[in-house]
Amino acid sequence: MTGALSYAECSARERLARVVDTGSFHEWLPPAERLTSPHLAQLGVPSAFDDGVAVGRALLDGRPVFVAAQEGAFMGGGVGEVHGAKLVGLLRRALRERPDAVLLLAESGGVRLHEANAGLIAVSEVMRALLDVREAGIPVVVLIGGANGCFGGMGIVARCADRVVMSDIGRLAMSGPEVIEASHGVEEFDARDRALVWRTTGGKHRWLTGDCDVLIEDDVAEFRAAAIEGLDASRRVTLEALEAENTLLADRLRRMAEPSEGDDAVALWGRLGVAHAERVSELDVASVRALRDAKGVEA
Amino acid sequence: MTSSSWTTRADRRAERLARAAAELGDRLAGKRVRTDAIGTLLEAVLEPGDRVCLEGNNQKQADFLAKALAQVDAHKVHDLHMVQSVLALPEHLDVFDSGIARRLDFSFSGPQGARLARLVAAGGIEIGAIHTYLELFARYFVDLTPKVALVTAHAADAEGNLYTGPNTEDTPAIVEATAFSGGIVVAQVNELVDGRSTRLPRVDIPTDWVDFVVQAPRPNFIEPLFTRDPAQISEIQVLMAMMAIKGIYAEYGVQRLNHGIGFDTAAIELLLPTYAESLGLKGKICRHWALNPHPALIPAIEAGWVESIHSFGSELGMEDYIRARSDVFFTGADGSLRSNRAFCQAAGHYACDLFIGSTLQIDLDGNSSTATLGRIAGFGGAPNMGADARGRRHASPAWLQAGREARAGRQGAAATPRGQKLVVQMVETFREHMQPAFVERLDAWTVQEQAGMALPPIMIYGEDVTHVLTEEGIANLLLCRSDEEREQAIRGVAGYTEVGLARDHAAVENLRDRGVIRRAEDLGIDKREATRNLLAARSVRELVRASHGLYSPPKRFRNW
Amino acid sequence: MSDVPPGIETLDYRFAGERPAGEFAPVLVGVVGSGNLEVLLEPSPGGDCAVHVETSARGFGRIWEAVVRDFHRRHPLAGVRLSIHDMGATPAVVSLRLDQAAQELQP
Repeated sequence: MTGALSYAECSARERLARVVDTGSFHEWLPPAERLTSPHLAQLGVPSAFDDGVAVGRALLDGRPVFVAAQEGAFMGGGVGEVHGAKLVGLLRRALRERPDAVLLLAESGGVRLHEANAGLIAVSEVMRALLDVREAGIPVVVLIGGANGCFGGMGIVARCADRVVMSDIGRLAMSGPEVIEASHGVEEFDARDRALVWRTTGGKHRWLTGDCDVLIEDDVAEFRAAAIEGLDASRRVTLEALEAENTLLADRLRRMAEPSEGDDAVALWGRLGVAHAERVSELDVASVRALRDAKGVEA
Repeated sequence: MTSSSWTTRADRRAERLARAAAELGDRLAGKRVRTDAIGTLLEAVLEPGDRVCLEGNNQKQADFLAKALAQVDAHKVHDLHMVQSVLALPEHLDVFDSGIARRLDFSFSGPQGARLARLVAAGGIEIGAIHTYLELFARYFVDLTPKVALVTAHAADAEGNLYTGPNTEDTPAIVEATAFSGGIVVAQVNELVDGRSTRLPRVDIPTDWVDFVVQAPRPNFIEPLFTRDPAQISEIQVLMAMMAIKGIYAEYGVQRLNHGIGFDTAAIELLLPTYAESLGLKGKICRHWALNPHPALIPAIEAGWVESIHSFGSELGMEDYIRARSDVFFTGADGSLRSNRAFCQAAGHYACDLFIGSTLQIDLDGNSSTATLGRIAGFGGAPNMGADARGRRHASPAWLQAGREARAGRQGAAATPRGQKLVVQMVETFREHMQPAFVERLDAWTVQEQAGMALPPIMIYGEDVTHVLTEEGIANLLLCRSDEEREQAIRGVAGYTEVGLARDHAAVENLRDRGVIRRAEDLGIDKREATRNLLAARSVRELVRASHGLYSPPKRFRNW
Repeated sequence: MSDVPPGIETLDYRFAGERPAGEFAPVLVGVVGSGNLEVLLEPSPGGDCAVHVETSARGFGRIWEAVVRDFHRRHPLAGVRLSIHDMGATPAVVSLRLDQAAQELQP
């Protein structure tokens, strides 16, 4: 048995309790208040007392933070009306009370489709609220390391944040693997080829392409450490930053203009300057981290 | 007047070989047949009504030969009698649809079970009998001897020697029966070695037993059937595994065993270096295994629990690990695994003190079955593992203790002192979708009626079952002295199923007082310890780490 | 089972308690995932133990009653209410979660 506690194995509440300072979490709208989904019962789906997300305030390394943790096992972590409202409320309260950071322990498939437009609206409100918090100079740090990953509208939310922290088990994308296979065919993307799925959406890939800021092991202690580092990671959205992002994406497109032999992810990594790109999947996290820090890879 | 010839086998064989040579012409060089001439070869060596063994093993499939057989001209080759271990590929049944084959003797049909049932119902196939693996191999030497064997090997050399390697599986048994009864052996191979730059790592099947070798366009089909992702093991399965270890393995001192594949037994394997270690059991249990190379056993092997493993077949991704652990696995001088289903089945039957496995349904006699309506799935090897070995004579402490428990207080012939194999059925009381595992009447009876079988397809007979283990506890059937006691013992661990709810509470308490039923508390197990944290590895990646990177899981199991 | 209307099935049980639980912060165990359930244990006025179940696996009332009754035998709490959201957990998992919730009350 390893000494490290697996972040992926923990429930949302277990992760939350262990990332923040011990015993410092105070929950708002706790389960006992029964703020459950107004939509699920009529579909014959059981509700959750917290609608799949715990929100509140806590201390992180002695500093005040607001924190939300999504439970991936409930409805795939999908954002419904109440779930989204709790996130929005947390972010808006952050504007008022100005904690040192907002932590989002994200594990979600995106919009909870059962709640249809209510879910869609909720996610878009989360995006707007998050950007307001970021604009106010309060860093929003997203931690991604659950088995379900961070997809759909929540994937977009994550990329709106100041900092994205991922383990190599974590995944970040918009469309989920089954959706890609259904739309483009199994020849193009076999969703059961898990190695392929992780090459295209997993933490190592996101790190090498610059889509996440920190790559760590599946270890609660490392997530806590990365969250603490994120306390001072405020990064304003400026015109310069947007233009730089645009340039990076245009460059990425240019590098991939020529068709690739074999696997696309491996090809992209190679064209980004990663040596022996085909070995990336087998490398440990520390080695993959070093590949981007090394010269030749543009973050 | 009839002339009597005693050499008809050899004569007919010579005729077939000559016919093949004539029709193949220069597409036959020594024993090598050109890949695109496979159809000609099959139509030359096969005759209507032949008994044919097509290598459908549990793991590897002679898929190129299966496809070719399904495409022969049914006017030339028809009414074959197929004898094979497993119906895995669609082509295995296509040959019946087209009339190329008429009759079937087999052992297991997992993936094709539903289609087989439909074929039987429509009258398109005659089933001779459903066997266990070892039983079928045995009949190859008595009355089901193949005339033609279509097998698969990894590589062949110019002479026709075959390397079957880690997935040797059924091949030696099939080829021996065929080759030594005037039959014809055709082998598809992944590679041909030239003898100069490439050689066979070792000879598994000598060329004298082989008539034709053909290189397949693609490596043979093979499935990782024995890999279980630890991430899917539940707390309930951890609890049951704790009970198995403390309540049975430790109780009887089980050193030699076979695990039926499943998440329940994977949990036991992953609890050895942790929970069993904490009980001080290392060296006292689980040293010798008849078992496929389960990745879930890696942590126990690494922690020094395992002295030997003999395997039925190999497991995709485990090749390098096996090579690096040749002290434990049966490996050739070349370093690669040598598996052998026939010998491993014999080992599981005679040389093991315990079998433990799961099932779909158990009735009040302790009979269990995996038969479900609308499918004819067969048996595989489980009945050989999960049966008392009445022919066994050598003693071991576990075998003697089980035998004593079964015979204490009995009279007459039933009291004759003997040992007994521990046969444990380990099952959660409810399966997925709240299907009860405990039933008054097995679906097997209905399957028998629908399929016109001589007997209901019972996988493990209640008379052989020694323990039933559920999340509610362990029922020791060895200690039961009447059908009523046996029934209440089973009801007493059947949880909240109808069978369990109908228990006689007083009778069950009495059985508990006598130790016939033991609950987790009675075994001194604190249920709060039954968490996934007790598993030595909780994900496939942790298995890879435990193997020091030697285990290379197939891509469907990777998430990093 | 076809008599049960579509949607969530609710079940309620009430037992006379023996062991007063006193005041305590609400306890939540489990997660509403497939084959799983969450249990919220809260103090409640009076001496009873009330159990309220909402489940998507309909038609198993008889089993719920037996499971909950056996739980109460093991932990005869008084002055509590248990609220359950269930998504088809087997009785084994339900019993496990109920016991886990009760054990949170024992220091």
